Amino acid sequence: MSTLPVSQPSRLAVAAPVRADRPIVVPAPAPTSGGALRRVGRIVRLLLLAGVAAAFLYPLAWLLAASLKPRGEVFDNRLIPQTVVWENYVQVWDQLPLLAWIANSIGIALASATLVTLSSSIVAFGFAYFRFPAKNFLFGLLLASMMLPGAVTLVPNYLIWKSLGFLGTNVPLWGGTLFGSAFYIFLMRQFYLSVPRELFEAARIDGCSYFGLFRRIAFPLALPSAVIVFLFEFQASWNNFVAPLIYLNFGTPEQYTVPLGIAYAMTTFSPTAGGHGDYQYVMVASLLVTLPMLVIFAFGQRYFIEGIASAGLKG
Amino acid sequence: MAVTAAPTAAAGTSAEPPATRVGRPAGRRRSVAARREALAGYAFILPWVAGFLIFTVVSMSWSAVLSFTNYDLSTNTAEPVGFENYRLLAEDPKVLMSLGNTFFYALLAVPLEIAVALALASLLNGVRRGAGFFRTVFYLPKMTPTVATASIFLLLLNGNTGAINSFLSWFGIQGPQWLVDPPWVKPSIVIMSLWGVAGSMVILLAALQNVPRELYEAASVDGASKLRQFFSITVPMISSTLFFLVIVNTIAALQVFDQAYLLFFRDNNGNNPDAALFFGVYLYQAAFQQFNFGLAAAMAWLLFVIILVITGIQLKLGDRLVYYEGSRQ
Repeated sequence: MSTLPVSQPSRLAVAAPVRADRPIVVPAPAPTSGGALRRVGRIVRLLLLAGVAAAFLYPLAWLLAASLKPRGEVFDNRLIPQTVVWENYVQVWDQLPLLAWIANSIGIALASATLVTLSSSIVAFGFAYFRFPAKNFLFGLLLASMMLPGAVTLVPNYLIWKSLGFLGTNVPLWGGTLFGSAFYIFLMRQFYLSVPRELFEAARIDGCSYFGLFRRIAFPLALPSAVIVFLFEFQASWNNFVAPLIYLNFGTPEQYTVPLGIAYAMTTFSPTAGGHGDYQYVMVASLLVTLPMLVIFAFGQRYFIEGIASAGLKG
Repeated sequence: MAVTAAPTAAAGTSAEPPATRVGRPAGRRRSVAARREALAGYAFILPWVAGFLIFTVVSMSWSAVLSFTNYDLSTNTAEPVGFENYRLLAEDPKVLMSLGNTFFYALLAVPLEIAVALALASLLNGVRRGAGFFRTVFYLPKMTPTVATASIFLLLLNGNTGAINSFLSWFGIQGPQWLVDPPWVKPSIVIMSLWGVAGSMVILLAALQNVPRELYEAASVDGASKLRQFFSITVPMISSTLFFLVIVNTIAALQVFDQAYLLFFRDNNGNNPDAALFFGVYLYQAAFQQFNFGLAAAMAWLLFVIILVITGIQLKLGDRLVYYEGSRQ
């Protein structure tokens, strides 16, 4: 038993992903430069950052302000509305089938995130723990498939869902997640590889089944990576525009997701399309579609940053 | 991605443990166990294998076959037409134009995005307090759905009333008609995508924090200026990450669709500038507005080959330019 391979230390786990709660380390200041000069440098740096931060926050502040303005003032660029119209937030529900859109979006995003987390972690455990012929080849295929441009399979995938009889439903928007997703599988495999193999061998000797290894040991230990995958997919699904555009655009507006609905509202409210230019409702809807993402980010910031950072640290 | 990840893939599947040969029965038991383990392994990866077969292998082959046919969506029949679709593509001036637009956009967006991301990451990397706050602020746009971003920037970029031109006018600059004047259409989309630059920034920040501090200490003892340190230490040490971002962002830029569609192609009201007709948009129009699936499949394959070639060239160049820690003396 002593010759069991100790699991490879995964670079992902070792490479210390950026943590939200850890102070960012400063490179040692050059010993030659004077203290005053350094302080000036620090102030300039902070001023620059503050300026960029203001520029990055401005569009969101602008959106919040615009969502509270009456029709004629949406374009006036005031961050504090001249006239505050709280009724926008009441009337938007009558103006647009927003409730149906939100329900659709939540349902699809929850289904996608749950299914892709389960399927990807099962497949990832398969690649991390088991030894079987052609494993390297299959894993190479998986990595290569991440490079495949999504635009290339758009048309045939549409035909596949059509031939399965799922056009007109929202199944095409989440059905693919049943099969796992290459990037998430890669991400979770890294975590499973950092679990010492002895742990699994010991459980095997105690009579644990293979699925038991996954359910009782691997998955609970790698729960943080599952959270990353869940949050990533929830966001991706919530924000997705192309898939609803292709699969839902031909149904009634009640079937839309929020992003597709907003695009629809932008068009129907436009004066060139016979609307009255009620863009304040588009702004309310845009704010409402953004808000859940900001809340999720507030709670899961660490996971988002870690997940993104680890994507680049593989090399 | 595949390339940068390759070393990990090789490392992950370690050598089999030397089978302890303690006579025949043990050996046979071992092989039975090994076979059972292999079967279980296949069972675990089955979902992905099935998905790969359906949504990649079948899908790509179907697309290849489709590109040589005239597909009728209402009757589900495909009539073989040989190279007709490819001939149409070669003769269509809009194909060349949309490809030109796409390349132009990628050449503008990718370097700018990486430069801005690197500048922001470098700024953040030297901050002791408040770095977390700034990073959060920079990341918020990345969380904002594209459709919300588009509805905001549609008004911010408005040539007459938009906030961006009002800001420019403070400095006496007469801002352009961003969304109308053809030369400014692509920069508009770049500005929009720069707002979401935080993804690349976070990756670069992680890379910057992995550069050993001793290198900077040694360099400053030798009297190297900050600028010199940046180009002689920082850039080479993070070159593999920069390279990764170039590849990934190029692939994304060549498929640009959402922003262009939302800003310019939501409706056919005559405000659809040719300057924003990217290849992805043109492909979408062929497939889901004209339902010419055969032609769209040919376009998809053309795009695939183009992306493949460009990525291949980048990988070749990268081999010479990128420093991988531990791989060279």
